[in-house]
Amino acid sequence: MGVLLALALLLAATLTVNPRFLTGQSLRDLLLGASILVVLAAGQAMVIITRNVDLSVGSVLGLSAYATGTLLVVAPGIPLPLVVLFGMLVGAACGLFNGAVVAVARVPSLVVTLGTMYMFRGLDSIWAASSGRLQINAADLPAGFASAGTTAFLGIPILAIGAILVVLAVGDFLRSYRSGRELYAIGSDGVAAGLSGIPVGRRTLTAFVVNGMLAGLGGVMYAARFGTLDATAGTGLELQVVAAVVIGGVAITGGSGSVWGAAIGAVLLTVIGAALPQLGVSAFWQQASIGALILLAIGLDRALALRTARRLRRWDTHAS
Amino acid sequence: MPPETRQPARRRTLPTWDFAIVGVLLAVLVTAGLSVEGFAASRNIGFLLLDVLVIALIALPLTLVVVTGEIDLSVASTVGLTSAVMGSLWVSGLSLELIVVLCILLGGVLGAVNGLLVTGFGLPSLAVTIGTLALYRGLAFVVLGDQAVADFPADWTGWAIGSLGDTGIPNAVLPLVLLAAVFIVVLHATPIGRGLYAMGNNTEAAVFAGIAVRRTKFWLFVATGAVSGLGGVFWTLRFASARADNATGLELLVVAAVLLGGVSIFGGSGGLFGVLAAVLLLGSLRNALQLVNVSSDALNVLTGLLLIISVVVPAVLARRRSRRRPRGRPAVAGSATSTNGPSPEAESADRTKGTT
Repeated sequence: MGVLLALALLLAATLTVNPRFLTGQSLRDLLLGASILVVLAAGQAMVIITRNVDLSVGSVLGLSAYATGTLLVVAPGIPLPLVVLFGMLVGAACGLFNGAVVAVARVPSLVVTLGTMYMFRGLDSIWAASSGRLQINAADLPAGFASAGTTAFLGIPILAIGAILVVLAVGDFLRSYRSGRELYAIGSDGVAAGLSGIPVGRRTLTAFVVNGMLAGLGGVMYAARFGTLDATAGTGLELQVVAAVVIGGVAITGGSGSVWGAAIGAVLLTVIGAALPQLGVSAFWQQASIGALILLAIGLDRALALRTARRLRRWDTHAS
Repeated sequence: MPPETRQPARRRTLPTWDFAIVGVLLAVLVTAGLSVEGFAASRNIGFLLLDVLVIALIALPLTLVVVTGEIDLSVASTVGLTSAVMGSLWVSGLSLELIVVLCILLGGVLGAVNGLLVTGFGLPSLAVTIGTLALYRGLAFVVLGDQAVADFPADWTGWAIGSLGDTGIPNAVLPLVLLAAVFIVVLHATPIGRGLYAMGNNTEAAVFAGIAVRRTKFWLFVATGAVSGLGGVFWTLRFASARADNATGLELLVVAAVLLGGVSIFGGSGGLFGVLAAVLLLGSLRNALQLVNVSSDALNVLTGLLLIISVVVPAVLARRRSRRRPRGRPAVAGSATSTNGPSPEAESADRTKGTT
């Protein structure tokens, strides 16, 4: 698990420079910062495992965050579970659109989600501009909701607990359920999967809907954490999410990887952002290091795949 | 197979995508020219051309890249890094002539990195260029931070926004026309161009046909980088501002233009006339709608919608056509054998090759 090693090394280096890096408030900030990215990475991992990609997640997060904020302004007394459900429904609707176009028209998800990235963001902006509420502030939100973003249970922020539950659920689905395993089959070889009776279109659609739903949940978490919502929430986030998944060992060519890896990738990216200033490196290096890590991750993945292929070929010649 | 089910090629009466895009472009130009006040003014046309110039420039080499079945998402970050380097070199006191040459070379080197990772190590270009998208943009911030360099000489920045005599056509259209001529000849009138379509349709067959697939793809990435570097120089001069975040997100517009222009994301089909028409179509549509006060948010929704339509419609049409004419091969997408030439059917046949 290379990404775990990288995370451990980074933490060790940062801790020697600043022993207080992983204590109290800074640890809580780290967990809060990572939890939204972890939830998005879990959903994106499902999509990438089927050899697709969803570039619209940042826009979906923005749209559902704004929708959540609007709901809370319009109906302040609404119970929290309903708010979460509402945000997830908004996200699921976006995911349904993505998945339906990809699965029904059978066109590449890269292009479709590039398009919906513009569309969802544009709809978000039009809505914000026409509703007369360009920005929703923490003061407009019910106090109970805003405090949920920072509340801790047994010292762990509840947003982080939510993220862990999501990873456990998605991880279990991918590992232990037949329909979860089928996502890997689709990503390895879509034609073979279809011929062996796997409903490729339906499973792909499901992956997109779940991913949208989790991006919607991310939107609710964003609203709870930041309290300030406008149409730009989550802009550019898709790059970080895809990076987290790829760095976490999910092959961009589909068919392999785990949601645990993706979650650790998301934590690693968050820790990099927090650790660079501690290590005396300018924060401007953060994005460059993310790029370098993506290249390293896919290079490593390719090298391992080549080694496996060579070994298999050797066994072949032994057999003959 | 009974002979009557085999239909001659000319029975495919649907106009090609190129024609459709040129037609829509003309319709938009005529409608906007007649009904939108100020659209046809030479000053406005000049602005329109300046706005789409960098997109058109980068779309030229990127079209060739996509025809071979690869993609480059790092172009806008290359523009940003070139712009940042241009700013810091200017601050350090080099002459602008030298800086421009260095910037184009830098673009070429950045493209070579992409090309090497894709062709040398066999990595998927989508993943590589998402990585370099982050890397190059990050390096741009490392070079220039969040400052801007703006004190470029007025004769250079004036040239970048100036026009040829009193025609209203921007000076900067000249290099675009020259480059467009080069890329059009290469893609549509040379064996190299035929080879690019062959690679996009079936890489293995292209290798067996003796085409230097990896070397050609490598140089295409270098060309894309170099042209993006030129785009960075132009962007910096036009806005008289070198910034690390210049052209952020531009890769999406360029890719949208290439795909709307009829180039299949799977490679093997499409051409530069369609792409240039699509660049102008996107530009004039946005320009005309802005003149009638449609918000930029609505324009973004429209751009996204156009992009989706441009991939969904050909895919659905191709599927319907192959269903209506059952031939000696299965109509199931992905299991069909490769068809001859860059037809939309080749798209559906190669659909499984890269669903991302």
